[in-house]
Amino acid sequence: MKLDSKAPEGPLEEKWRKHKKEMKLVAPNNKRKYEVIVVGTGLAGGAAAASMAELGYNVKSFCIQDSARRAHSIAAQGGINAAKNYPNDGDSIWRLFYDTIKGGDYRSREANVYRLAEVANEIIDQAVAQGVPFAREYSGLLANRSFGGAQVSRTFYARGQTGQQLLLGAYQAMMRQVNEGGIEYHPRHEMLDVVIIDGQARGIITRDLVSGELKRWEADAVVLATGGYGNVFYLSTNAKNSNVTAAWRAHKKGALFANPCYVQVHPTCIPVSGDYQSKLTLMSESLRNDGRVWVPRKKGDDRHPNDIPDQERFYYLEEKYPSFGNLVPRDVASRNAKIVCDEGLGVGPTGLSVYLDFRDVIKRDGKDTVAAKYGNLFDMYENIAGENPYEQPMRIYPAVHYTMGGLWVDYNLMTNIPGLFATGEANFSDHGANRLGASALMQGLSDGYFVLPATIGNYLADVKPGTRYGTDHNAFIEAEKGAQDQIDKLLNINGKRTIVDFHRTLGKIVWDNIGIARNKEDLEKAIKEIQELREEFWTNVYVPGEKNNYNKYLEFAGRVADFFELAELMAKDALEREESCGCHLREEYQSEEGEAIRNDEDFSYVAAWEFKGVNGQLQEELHKENLEFEFVELKQRSYK
Amino acid sequence: MSKDMTIHLKYWKQAGPDVPGHFEEYTLDTVNEHMSFLEMLDVLNEELQLQGKEPVEFDYDCREGICGSCNLVINGQAHGPKAEVACCQLHMRNYKDGDKITIEPPRAAAFPIIKDLVVDRSAFDRIIEVGGYVSVKTGSAQEANALPVEKEKSDEAFEYAACIGCGACVAACPNASASLFTGAKLAHLNKFPQGEVERSNRAVAMVDQMKEEGFGDCSNFAECEAVCPKGISISAIAEMRRDYMKALVS
Repeated sequence: MKLDSKAPEGPLEEKWRKHKKEMKLVAPNNKRKYEVIVVGTGLAGGAAAASMAELGYNVKSFCIQDSARRAHSIAAQGGINAAKNYPNDGDSIWRLFYDTIKGGDYRSREANVYRLAEVANEIIDQAVAQGVPFAREYSGLLANRSFGGAQVSRTFYARGQTGQQLLLGAYQAMMRQVNEGGIEYHPRHEMLDVVIIDGQARGIITRDLVSGELKRWEADAVVLATGGYGNVFYLSTNAKNSNVTAAWRAHKKGALFANPCYVQVHPTCIPVSGDYQSKLTLMSESLRNDGRVWVPRKKGDDRHPNDIPDQERFYYLEEKYPSFGNLVPRDVASRNAKIVCDEGLGVGPTGLSVYLDFRDVIKRDGKDTVAAKYGNLFDMYENIAGENPYEQPMRIYPAVHYTMGGLWVDYNLMTNIPGLFATGEANFSDHGANRLGASALMQGLSDGYFVLPATIGNYLADVKPGTRYGTDHNAFIEAEKGAQDQIDKLLNINGKRTIVDFHRTLGKIVWDNIGIARNKEDLEKAIKEIQELREEFWTNVYVPGEKNNYNKYLEFAGRVADFFELAELMAKDALEREESCGCHLREEYQSEEGEAIRNDEDFSYVAAWEFKGVNGQLQEELHKENLEFEFVELKQRSYK
Repeated sequence: MSKDMTIHLKYWKQAGPDVPGHFEEYTLDTVNEHMSFLEMLDVLNEELQLQGKEPVEFDYDCREGICGSCNLVINGQAHGPKAEVACCQLHMRNYKDGDKITIEPPRAAAFPIIKDLVVDRSAFDRIIEVGGYVSVKTGSAQEANALPVEKEKSDEAFEYAACIGCGACVAACPNASASLFTGAKLAHLNKFPQGEVERSNRAVAMVDQMKEEGFGDCSNFAECEAVCPKGISISAIAEMRRDYMKALVS
């Protein structure tokens, strides 16, 4: 299979403009003849549904939550980047582009990333017009702050709740279209399959999560905005219901899954406290602007942190990376936390945490100033950890946060299946091997408000308006039957182990072997362990309740089944990529100081996997999209 | 490590919207102070399943107090005993060994029970649908800094915009009113010049929808403010009523 990125030719700054000029348009009176399904209502899905309905398309919107407003984008804390250059500190679209492509360790497409940087400014305008309460200066103008991995202040924020405010903006725009009749809205519906007719995506199968009923929906195009797959690790900062099912079922229908091993581990999360732990809570990266990360220099130093004098503290980020210090990108910060803990320098009851200390900033600026900046985060920490960060350092440890991998899409955000699009975290497109802070919101909204509404028209212009096969077409019947059979199978196993037990065990295999650092031996071992556990899952899982009723455990069972397959693909992908890049650290390919060593000669490509079946083992064929760099020079990343 | 606690639970079970519900009881003796309240319910459900019993359904998602999915009424209080904390972030260190805890769904005619502790809050979506927005199409926005907004006003708008739509306000109100939810959205948008344009119409549409959904009116009990996990002020309700009256007489 030849993968064509469809990135336009020409100078970087002309590409998107030129593409917009050349794309086909759908006439206004024809738009209402098209049906578009959007699955997911986060930033990417909510913004896309609202914008396409405004254009005149008939949109059907689905989400698993009880309201579109609860999609997991809501939990993003820190902010959203845009190169407005309001602070006059030397920012530009080029610099945002460059930081993003460098931050992604040169494993993303130049054309996509430049477009993202270009469109970002419009997102801020749109959000402000909607009434998003971004932080402001006393002048009444918008405020900016700096964020990990950047040397300019380009992050717009709404306290520690930027994702919430942007999502509510998109949600409200969506609800306005529901009111106007442009969107048919279906909360508490889970997509279980995509329906393909004559090679084109023509609809989906959903399960009504209240009644349990399976339903068929036909459309001219299907957009998956279903988020990332971080919950394959069981413990992550993702919401409990976040899952890979929609993307994975599309993958099993032929959509390529790209770079599954690129998983971002966020450096500042509250550490695990026990087996009952159901999720990990992130503490915003903005804390690293003022907090200092350290561990005791001496192994087993069990003194209270406040009693350890400065010369006996190892401020490892400041020592190793003098120019970025505590503000190194996420992958570097996470990896170094793991290194010091592996060396036995970790603190806390499990030895799996490091200190994030605010003593010095409190001394310098006073407690009130610190409280004004981080008060809500400090309160949250104290509430969860039971310790007061004004009086003693926080304890933090990395946790899975974001997945850069996802469905392969071209420049138009279309997968290799015509008519099937993927946006936001569900696609692989803009962050390469590592995402910079405050870039997820930017990408979700860029895809949703500005890119997809334009590119989908280019596709639909070639679809005859009013084409309908009917939901009694064989493809619908078979897809529904497949979904039904799996539900019945899960309910009939009647085994001895709970779904959570399986998921937790799977998560531990994935975290231990496909986590912050990987190596050949562990990855091969993980593949075996995943296969064995998957087999046990299908013979020994206990799924309670009934199918024709509200049954959250049945929902979870289907999602965990998909995570079992995805986990194996992640290991395969990590094994195949014999280099270190961004978040993917192969221990065999690192410098003596533990820095990632890329191999541009052999691995400057997107790994796009094609599903071939599961029979004890997962069968997948690798396709490569070569990444060519015309405008940036590939350098070894250095934050020293 | 901290010692395990014994907690006596009494929780609501109801198979569906049209059948009567009842309380069930269960004693957990492995509750750890670091567990969140919902993690304790996870442990309960694991034990129930291993005994072949049906787990109890409850809504949750982010478990960090921002998505607004969880909305348990704990010992009669929406979200439990801690001020400005959603029940997903309520930790068991707020309880002691031997405590008895009763868990119920929020009870309101406009929030019909789906199953056990899970209720249908789609009425909130419909209140937003009729006017909870600034009517601006994608692409028609002006440059963001062209319209300065006083910092105080913008900060105040944020306070109201922080609503997570959990419905604790409805659960706590003796009238099961959605006034705090509705008022908070109005107050948020009204603080901005771009929200001012539709101010009157928005107030009338949203308040009328609230009534239509079967929520009660406000009698100034202020129970809503007391349980709101985001600490939203009932000043929003005063403003809403003023705007509504003004719109009707003008």
